[in-house]
Amino acid sequence: MSNSGMSNSGMSNSGDHTAPDRTAPAGGDAGPVPTDDRLPVTKTYKLYLGGAFPRSESGRVYPVSDYRGAFLANAAQASRKDARDAAAAARVTAAGWADADAYTRGQVLYRIAEMLEGRRDQFVTAVATAEGCQTRRAAALVDATIDRWVWYAGWTDKIATVLGSANPVAGPYFCFSVPEPIGVVAVLAPQSSSLLGLASVLAPVIAAGNTAVVVASQNRPLPAVTLSEVLATSDLPGGVVNILTGRTAELAPWLAAHADVNALDLCGAPPSISAELERTAAGTIKRVLPAPVAEPDWTRQPDIRRLRAFVEIKTVWHPRA
Amino acid sequence: MEWTYSPALESREVARLRPHYPMFVDGKFTEGGGEPLTTINPATGTALADVSTASAANVDTAVRAARRAYERVWSRMPGAERAKYLLRIARLIQERARELAVLESLDTGTPISASRDVHVPAAAAHFFHHGGWADKLGYAGYGPDPRPFGVTGQVVSPDAALLSTAWKIAPALTCGNTVVLKPAESTPLSALVLAEICQQADLPPGVVNVLPGGADIGAALVAHDGLNKVAFTGSTDVGRQVTRTLAGTGRSLTLALGGPAVVVVFDDAPLDQAVDGVLAGALGGPLTGSRLLVQESIAAQLLDMLRTRAAALRIGDPLDKNTDVGAVSSAERLGRIEELAGNAVAEGAQRWVGPSPLPDQGFFCSPTLICDVNQAMRIATEDIPGPVLPVLTFRTPEEAAALANHTPTGLAASVWTDKGSRMLWAAQRIRTGVVWSNTACRFDPTAPFGGYREAGIGREGGRAGLQEYLDV
Amino acid sequence: MTTTFSLPGDLAEAAGDDTSLRRFLHRLPGVDAAGLQARAAVLATRSIKAGAKLQAIDTAIRMVDLTTLEGADTEGRVRSLCGTARRPDPGRPEVPPVATVCVYPDRVGTAVRALAGSGVGVASVATAFPSGRSSLRIKLADTALAVESGADEIDMVIDRGAFLAGRYGQVFEEITAVRSACPDARLKVILETGELATYDNVRRACWLALLAGTDFIKTSTGKISPAATLPVTHLMLQAVRDFHQRTGARCGVKAAGGIRTTKDAIRYLVAVHEIAGPGWLTPRLFRLGASSLLGDLLMQRRTQLDGHYSGADYVAAP
Repeated sequence: MSNSGMSNSGMSNSGDHTAPDRTAPAGGDAGPVPTDDRLPVTKTYKLYLGGAFPRSESGRVYPVSDYRGAFLANAAQASRKDARDAAAAARVTAAGWADADAYTRGQVLYRIAEMLEGRRDQFVTAVATAEGCQTRRAAALVDATIDRWVWYAGWTDKIATVLGSANPVAGPYFCFSVPEPIGVVAVLAPQSSSLLGLASVLAPVIAAGNTAVVVASQNRPLPAVTLSEVLATSDLPGGVVNILTGRTAELAPWLAAHADVNALDLCGAPPSISAELERTAAGTIKRVLPAPVAEPDWTRQPDIRRLRAFVEIKTVWHPRA
Repeated sequence: MEWTYSPALESREVARLRPHYPMFVDGKFTEGGGEPLTTINPATGTALADVSTASAANVDTAVRAARRAYERVWSRMPGAERAKYLLRIARLIQERARELAVLESLDTGTPISASRDVHVPAAAAHFFHHGGWADKLGYAGYGPDPRPFGVTGQVVSPDAALLSTAWKIAPALTCGNTVVLKPAESTPLSALVLAEICQQADLPPGVVNVLPGGADIGAALVAHDGLNKVAFTGSTDVGRQVTRTLAGTGRSLTLALGGPAVVVVFDDAPLDQAVDGVLAGALGGPLTGSRLLVQESIAAQLLDMLRTRAAALRIGDPLDKNTDVGAVSSAERLGRIEELAGNAVAEGAQRWVGPSPLPDQGFFCSPTLICDVNQAMRIATEDIPGPVLPVLTFRTPEEAAALANHTPTGLAASVWTDKGSRMLWAAQRIRTGVVWSNTACRFDPTAPFGGYREAGIGREGGRAGLQEYLDV
Repeated sequence: MTTTFSLPGDLAEAAGDDTSLRRFLHRLPGVDAAGLQARAAVLATRSIKAGAKLQAIDTAIRMVDLTTLEGADTEGRVRSLCGTARRPDPGRPEVPPVATVCVYPDRVGTAVRALAGSGVGVASVATAFPSGRSSLRIKLADTALAVESGADEIDMVIDRGAFLAGRYGQVFEEITAVRSACPDARLKVILETGELATYDNVRRACWLALLAGTDFIKTSTGKISPAATLPVTHLMLQAVRDFHQRTGARCGVKAAGGIRTTKDAIRYLVAVHEIAGPGWLTPRLFRLGASSLLGDLLMQRRTQLDGHYSGADYVAAP
């Protein structure tokens, strides 16, 4: 991972902008004439692995519909090999991301918020379409998502202050404890909240210095793919976040069993298999954040449970006499 | 081969220097009622700009504006929203980094390499870090919902003007206080540009007010009974007066006073890095001055290395990117340095002065070592605001700790040894607010900074720094 | 070329057996890695412009050991490189030649013939370069081949395995043996700092080679990553500076591998200038081992003189 690329994160506002308003009058007499007849170019939704956007190695896709059942797009249907590649990419980046200054990580997360704000309208549309809510409600969800990234951006350089300690041990020793990232975390994103829920589980994982393999909401994956475009242009080193779309129940067991995955967030696990996933994860004594009984209300202010879940505490003793 | 670096001057135009700078009150730049002051470029001794100063009446107006902003807007705003204002300010500092760096170098004499690579990025970092706290104060260990004081009056010294302004304003704002700040009389410009940045960030009017002026305005500000909190940076003597002024008022006070840092070099130190660290400490940064304690068995070798390295330092135009030692921020400070060094020599100390020629104008001082210093000399305990390093020797670790502690202040220490247990022993024994180990002059918004005893009260930075701006 | 001077008492004592070497090397002041790297980073921000830059470029060109060390090196390839070495920028005859051409021992003869009368030296790697994993007999034979073919300089590698295992005496004796095998050549000892793991080790290896009588200490073979770095070069420059202070002898430093741009090269020259001192800014005491660097130096030289940017197609290919 290039350190220089990370330290210089986002000095200026992005040059990014929302899609031009097609109903606005064209400026100047030589401008293009807007027309309702024009056929829009549709987007191909792909995976996000190691900073690149590949199709599934399996060549599979599955249709994604809006809340009324109308076809929206084909999403890549990731295979176990894609999950393996995602874990490998996350591992390669793990050491560099963990070693990056907490301040640098905070700057990168804040940059994600900036880039999201710049594409706010696009996300409002994506969330409204995926979740079938009113534009006003979708806008509130997107705003909350942006603020959630800002909230976790502020945590990167405070986790050690809040969770670390100086330990007044008996004897001539200086003893302190610091939280350290746990490594590669597999995250099963919430199934309902396609963007705010995803950000609420992903941001703490990377804020704490881990790298992530995310399985997006199975039936509402498109906002996650669009988010990956934001991540790819936010000074986030490729491989820190890897996003898979596909069938959660197909991918989750491979991640739960993967020996090079250190922790598992079962938030979006299908209830029918979540206990089995915990049993599978026990094979390598993974840290597991169990699935909630019901999907939480993500609009509520979080606490630091998700930050605590993905750190190890290291205690250091040193003589001082 | 003789190789002379060609001048590599940063452009003065970048600073967007204006002939006149008004004060900043209630979200507007307005003319103050005081006598305008002229701020001097210490590298030339010539005028940079005129700066409007506040009158006592302006102090009153500013405090009222800050009170209104506190009661109507800032104290009612959710932390998450306050946070975003601080983050905006941080980004604007980053965007205008080059301008601020050049301005700071012009006004304070700090080499551009230091203002560009250290001071301005650190100022932005303070806003970023503290911005993050605004909606997390419940995690800082002061209870679930700690409250701000209200209106704070802040007085800043000429050392690292921009950085010390940032590390005063940022924690005050994040905790929900509003601010009336008086920059140093000799270096007011960067605080006024920071005020402009607050305006660009749409910070509600009155949340930050900047009142340039002299000691009288500083005194009027800290004595104002509309304040709930005073934070003062400056000399121990003025700090004493401020403390007396506030005695009995019940108002909270944070003091960041002087006192030289002490550098302790043991015989097993990584010597090449120790030389770098000693010079980094002596040459500036936000600290004024330091004194060197070196173990006798390596004193000759270390001094030899120091002289070689100091002789190679490049002294001159602060705007030259290759300058290591810039100008002393004011003529008054230069006089003080010369007086202290002269006294020590008169009392028997040996002076070594770096051989590089000084510019023929401006307030410059050659890197200087004062050897054979004893504890009775003023130079052994007082601040020397320039590149002058008194050197004392010690024989044992106990003696080093005793010498380090033999001062009424206790701001910072820098301990050089390859042996971890000795370092931690020294850290425990030396009574200073900061102990750097095998490094010197490190500052970070996450790390509390401040001194023991007469070096000040309270800390700036980190979780401990938040407590200075919370009524807890 | 062998420097004739005698070590002062304490250093002569150190250069005795394994035990005395260990005692000396392990008592050298430690290196604080964070501080060393920070200082290297600060010095790397020096801004070298205008006349100082042009002077640096010409100096750097004169310091280049133009290197080809490939299994695929042919006589043609070596001759072509020698042409570049003699006259780096044919369109600008005032451009000085490089210091040496650096090749494998069996290509020395070709280089010597191609460079005859040019003033450009021939350097040869030797001693089972790059790994050094062979017997001393083979290493000396390798050296002899280079010397007999006319090499002016010998770039030997140390046995890093022996060094890391703490067999300092063995490393020392190998260097003195090679030293004796090439009495008239300039000897450069390659430490392969990328394999020495710590800065403390690098400092010890520097002193070991200096005590054994080398003319130059050299960072790397170029076959291992990391090759030359600024912090490591700082350390080596400190070593030759301190060795000079204690013995009066001036030894050189060669930074090899990974230096590709003029900007990089100038950072090394700044380090030489400010750490060892201006006296080291000569090809006799500092070298840059590189293959692609020369092209960039020539391009930047043209940019400086012509006032507009140049392109790779306008200067000689290395």
